[in-house]
Amino acid sequence: MTGPARVAADNLPAAVRRPTVVIEPTTGWSAINFRELWTYRDLLRILAGRDVKLRYKQTGLGITWVILQPLVAALIFTVMFGRFARLPSDGHPYIVFAFSGIIAWNYFAAVLQRAGNSLITDARLITKVYFPRLAIPLASTFSAMIDLSVSLAVMTVLMVIYGVSPTWRLLLLPVFIILTAVTATGVSLWLSALNVRYRDFVHAMPFMLQVWMLASPVAYATSIVPEKWRVLYGLNPAVAFVEGFRWSILGSSSITPQMVMITSAVALVVFVGGAFFFRRVERGFADSV
Amino acid sequence: MSETAIRVEGLAKCYLIARALGRQPYRTLQEEVIALPKNLWKRALGRSDSMETFWALEDVSFEVGEGEVVGIIGRNGAGKSTLLKILSRITQPTRGRAEIYGRIGALLEVGTGFHPELTGRENIFLSGAILGMRRSEIARQFEAIVAFAEVDQFIDTPIKRYSSGMYTRLAFAVAAHLEPEILLVDEVLAVGDAAFQKKCLGKMEDVAGQGRTVFFVSHNTQAVRQLCTRGILLEHGRVAADGSVDSTLAVYNQRLRDMRIDSETGVNNPENRRGSGAVRFSAVSVEDLDGAERYTFGMGDTVRFRLSFTVNAPMRGVAIVVALRSGMSREIVTSVRHVVTEKQLHPGTSSTVVIDLPDIYIRPGEYPLYLHVSEANPSPKNYDVLDDLTPPLVITPHGRVLHDNFDPARPLGVFSLPSRMTMADQPADEDDLPRIVPRRPHIVR
Repeated sequence: MTGPARVAADNLPAAVRRPTVVIEPTTGWSAINFRELWTYRDLLRILAGRDVKLRYKQTGLGITWVILQPLVAALIFTVMFGRFARLPSDGHPYIVFAFSGIIAWNYFAAVLQRAGNSLITDARLITKVYFPRLAIPLASTFSAMIDLSVSLAVMTVLMVIYGVSPTWRLLLLPVFIILTAVTATGVSLWLSALNVRYRDFVHAMPFMLQVWMLASPVAYATSIVPEKWRVLYGLNPAVAFVEGFRWSILGSSSITPQMVMITSAVALVVFVGGAFFFRRVERGFADSV
Repeated sequence: MSETAIRVEGLAKCYLIARALGRQPYRTLQEEVIALPKNLWKRALGRSDSMETFWALEDVSFEVGEGEVVGIIGRNGAGKSTLLKILSRITQPTRGRAEIYGRIGALLEVGTGFHPELTGRENIFLSGAILGMRRSEIARQFEAIVAFAEVDQFIDTPIKRYSSGMYTRLAFAVAAHLEPEILLVDEVLAVGDAAFQKKCLGKMEDVAGQGRTVFFVSHNTQAVRQLCTRGILLEHGRVAADGSVDSTLAVYNQRLRDMRIDSETGVNNPENRRGSGAVRFSAVSVEDLDGAERYTFGMGDTVRFRLSFTVNAPMRGVAIVVALRSGMSREIVTSVRHVVTEKQLHPGTSSTVVIDLPDIYIRPGEYPLYLHVSEANPSPKNYDVLDDLTPPLVITPHGRVLHDNFDPARPLGVFSLPSRMTMADQPADEDDLPRIVPRRPHIVR
């Protein structure tokens, strides 16, 4: 009767013994339990790894698809907006200009798409085992980074071809990646939780993403938006990170520090609000998925 | 008593169930928007909306000491699974409190998190992490898991190519190598073949033997009896008995025997009782040839079923099925079907039939009964089922006590086929070798 667990328990003075877990009904709002999330970091890593593996295993084209999709989009934008519509590209070759925006947007959209439906896809897990539910949408934030790094490699090739040399601003790219990730996670917490409550939310998602992309400076530059509308435009959190990617990769863009600040604030509000909302509705997940 | 491992105080869980037929527990946004004015109006009037409440657990309290192996038994819908879901933190209680002392591992199904596209190796890490193991722990146990599952050749093959046996073995192997201080297990043994079930039960016995706390929820009274030292009987969301496993199982079996089977029994529980109500069993008894009601028979005895039914709507003919489930896996191991009549029947008709199973040569064990009555041509609506609503049929070896379930020398399988051994011709003169003198040929059951 002396298993390792036994010995450990016997060594503890009786007064120190506190319940490892207390199960009680909870009500009201609660914040993210970061300490618990940290103890489940291996799970988070493995779930993200699963997403990546499945993505590259199930698509026949695999990595080719990840490279081609943004490249084709950039080409179309270059022809339509650059050549035909003659939109300004802040002095960069249009394809490089467009591609730098697309990779930022694609990462953002990929997180939303995957995380949005993630709780429904993993419904079996939710009803059969306990772990911080946040790990499921969070895994998408990390798994989509793999596609992002592939795109960044393609970006490098494009820069070499078009003779765009990086500046010191490239060092700030990680900051914009984090800003994008936080914004995307915030939105996806709302989406994934709403999806459990309202099943037809899935159908609204592609539409929402499409409209959102058109309202963001992905295919065009912020400089075509009239000055007086800039502040309002900046409330769209996608503006700052898309232009931020461009600014750090290409060395210049029509971004202002003011815009970055507004967007960061919006992103933070969305994230914190999403986290509280998620924590509030997660209690009922197992009973309703 | 030793230190407390689990303390449960006044635990209760209420589910909302949709009143309207086909209503889902979740909504669509469209519905919500359309229903908004109505709901606001209702709320203004102080009326509740269209959800009904159902108390799966009403008031459950108990304490489990470290190293205890507790079996939770009860009928379908008694609240066993809900209790387990609350203790494993999948769902929250509506009232009450539970304290858990120690690292907890819950096995509510075999293969939690398995993904068919991933390889055996990838799934071991995935499932292990989901069950709460650290990556380093899984890596350390990896070889042992693969060996236990007997899948080493296929470890880098996607598990969608696995046979169901391999899949189950791998899934259980991961679970079996969890090393929690408190293990919660829900009928995961209801899968896999008999040999594998034995291996799983053996593994659970090991866990229990190491002084860890095990909380085992099962229909499988054989396994509960074998594994557990203490039994808790749940009934309608409350503790109905709590004591040694033998005393609790005795209470459970007594309750089963006391329950009168009629046209209403268990009708509200779709797991036990199904069908439209056009025909209902009205009385059921199992008896011996002397007409005495009993559920325990020796191998070779004759088991007699006396089944009464009532027809409540026009039906074409009646057929009755008597089936035995495996006490272990709960699959149906055998069944007999008799067409009582093919004539048109009118509402109000009732009748009683007697079905004998002569010389029952099933191996000793517990066999839950599945009784089915329907139209002569089975119809999707007009039937009735009594699934495990009666006490199980218990078969004992002639006059002796029940075999030890895990005895490796005991023949496997459910049916006892008569067999006979004789000696084949031996070489004439091999003087050095001792001669095996054959016993007189005889039939072994």
